[in-house]
Amino acid sequence: MNVLDSFLFIALPYVALLIFFIGTIVRYRATKFSVSSLSSQFLESKSLFWGSVPFHFGIIILFFGHLIGFLFPDTVLAFNSEPVRLLIIEISAFIAGLVLLFGLCMLLYRRLSNERVAVVTTKMDIFVELLILAEVVIGLLVAYNYQWGSSWFAAVLTPYLWSIFFLQPEIEAVSAMPWLLKAHVVGAYLIVALFPFSRLVHVLVAPLHYIARPYQRVLWNWGRKEVRNPSTKWTQHRPENT
Amino acid sequence: MDIKSQISMVFHLDKCIGCHTCSIACKNIWTDRKGAEYMWWNNVETKPGTGYPGKWEDQDIYHGGWQRDGSSIKLRGAGKGKGLANIFHNPKLPMIDDYYEPFTYKYLDLIEAPESDDQPTARPISLITGKPMDIKMGPNWDDDLSGTPDYARNDVNLKKLSPTEQQAMFQLEQMAFFYLPRICNHCLNPACVASCPSGAIYKRGEDGVVLINQDVCKGWRMCVTACPYKKTYYNWHTGKSEKCILCYPRIESGLAPACMHSCVGRIRYLGVMLYDADQIHSAVAGAGSDAEIVQRQKDMILDPFDPAIIQAAKDNGIADSTIKAAQESPTYKFVKEWDLALPLHPEYGTLPMLFYVPPMLPVMASVSSADNSEQAKKMDPKSKFWDDNWLYDTSTKDIFGSIEDARFPLEYMANLFSAGDVGIVKAVIKKLMAIRIYRRWKTVGDISEQKAMAALKEVNFSVKEVEESYYLTSLAKFGDRFVIPPAHREQAIEMLEFTGDAKGSVGFGTKRKPERGS
Repeated sequence: MNVLDSFLFIALPYVALLIFFIGTIVRYRATKFSVSSLSSQFLESKSLFWGSVPFHFGIIILFFGHLIGFLFPDTVLAFNSEPVRLLIIEISAFIAGLVLLFGLCMLLYRRLSNERVAVVTTKMDIFVELLILAEVVIGLLVAYNYQWGSSWFAAVLTPYLWSIFFLQPEIEAVSAMPWLLKAHVVGAYLIVALFPFSRLVHVLVAPLHYIARPYQRVLWNWGRKEVRNPSTKWTQHRPENT
Repeated sequence: MDIKSQISMVFHLDKCIGCHTCSIACKNIWTDRKGAEYMWWNNVETKPGTGYPGKWEDQDIYHGGWQRDGSSIKLRGAGKGKGLANIFHNPKLPMIDDYYEPFTYKYLDLIEAPESDDQPTARPISLITGKPMDIKMGPNWDDDLSGTPDYARNDVNLKKLSPTEQQAMFQLEQMAFFYLPRICNHCLNPACVASCPSGAIYKRGEDGVVLINQDVCKGWRMCVTACPYKKTYYNWHTGKSEKCILCYPRIESGLAPACMHSCVGRIRYLGVMLYDADQIHSAVAGAGSDAEIVQRQKDMILDPFDPAIIQAAKDNGIADSTIKAAQESPTYKFVKEWDLALPLHPEYGTLPMLFYVPPMLPVMASVSSADNSEQAKKMDPKSKFWDDNWLYDTSTKDIFGSIEDARFPLEYMANLFSAGDVGIVKAVIKKLMAIRIYRRWKTVGDISEQKAMAALKEVNFSVKEVEESYYLTSLAKFGDRFVIPPAHREQAIEMLEFTGDAKGSVGFGTKRKPERGS
């Protein structure tokens, strides 16, 4: 265990998580207006389709793949005990990675080539895209060079990640990993740390509550049954729409 | 019964002169900002014409509004399934070019250009990229049809007309069109609210104004697709959607919205209507045909003089001042008492609360051939030459004669205002005509009293009603046209800073300068 490993796999994750949680909460509370998907589809639509759709579906599949490996390692290992299932998981994850890569390249090309989109592009947008690009390429290289990752992730990396969350970091296993994989882990921490400073915050406000909501929304400033009641206390009230 | 009050509007199209003062008043107050240059919360369209954004009425292109689906209704291009599935790329989102690319001119070049043999010119510059551009479309480029038949011929409402009817229209198009001013309809069944995945859009319970909370909006852009009237706009700079707010800071203090206040033709009326909110769903879902929605929407609007209604309104927390305003409401009179105003495109199922008194002028007139050679002789042949041989004929021999054989097909009006049901539009036009015949007997006197009274009898109008509607149409003062109950301070809704402070920002009175996120 050397100093660099301690920094990358103990200090960095805690710093990243701290920045993530405090930063996103502060940003959401203080500058709620700045939280948006910042869609540029209104200015350019055709090439966005070939970028945004594969990118998002690819990254969602891979995110949940990693999440399942993190939350239910035993289930994943049990599932993978049948070679055919393991092969299916490996191949479909790799395809998802390629789809993601294709979409991301299209998005990056669109940002750099389209005049109108360039107007609504910040340096941070480009930086985030390059960082994710590096993360995806490294991830694909890991998957290609060190096969059966869905199994060894669950066996080796999940305990490490759990140890981070239980505040008892155990980094022996991850320190022994090849540098390519170490880079993938560090890249992930950097992305997490970038959330509050970039458009990545839109992930956290994904509108899943829409499914449970009734279609129409009528907001009252006052409970209308109380508003004409003389005993209503006027001072204790917050409008619904703030 | 669930009584709510709604601020509603009536636009009297016969009085609209197409001056765009309303659009300018709105633009100056609300949308002279980066990202909003292309937005016209209030715009005035020439009809027949394609409108703004181009062909907005064609829901086969834009997929806006509601669809009746068995005993239920569903959003055509958005909703929980489609909206979330298309969140990464919305295939039915209108693009900036469907409106127009905003531009300015390099005026400084006129002054600073170095001396040369050529006259300096001010080149157009895109307000998006800041680079020189070729202007392909601008605000109101179809105004007065711009001297081309293309706009009128591509009007979506003509699709259902027969070729002969279309031909008749194009003959008339050379001399008659009308204007259609449009703002947000503040619908009872708003498709934009239903489509918003974030829940940022809401209808205010107190007065029914539909607003977008700029802090909650996350730019998923579904409202732009869902609104069949294309009255929500995506701000490409801030990444948020915006729409007409019915000047709610003005309304709350009892003032008329800027577009209405500035209206030169005095075509606009604003007032409160009480309605039964329990019927919203069934008014659309339960309608046997699209045209039936018109009557069902009218049935939702309640009589503010009925003591039972007044008591129910009070129980629902509606203020006495609001009930009084509903009794004096000009919109209630136009829509419910006199049946003179109709909603625009009721078939979209949003139950719009902006009603239009359909224009009579293009319907009344017919084209007759005339010998104009006498006049032509009087003219100086060098400066002017008059070779027209037609006459824009508005004379009426029989009562309602010109309605029955109107050159301007009533089907066209019906496609706009009654989902294709000619009977509904014809009844309204007949009433308007009856008012005119009655007033002509009164003022000009070349029509007999019997004829005037016969006209009134046929449309079932009393003398009192016709006098009142004549007054409200032609003579009404400011206080008659706008009956707005001010918000009660203790229950004021969005208490704002002075709107002037928010100038140059999004104008929604946010306390922090609204800046685009990174």
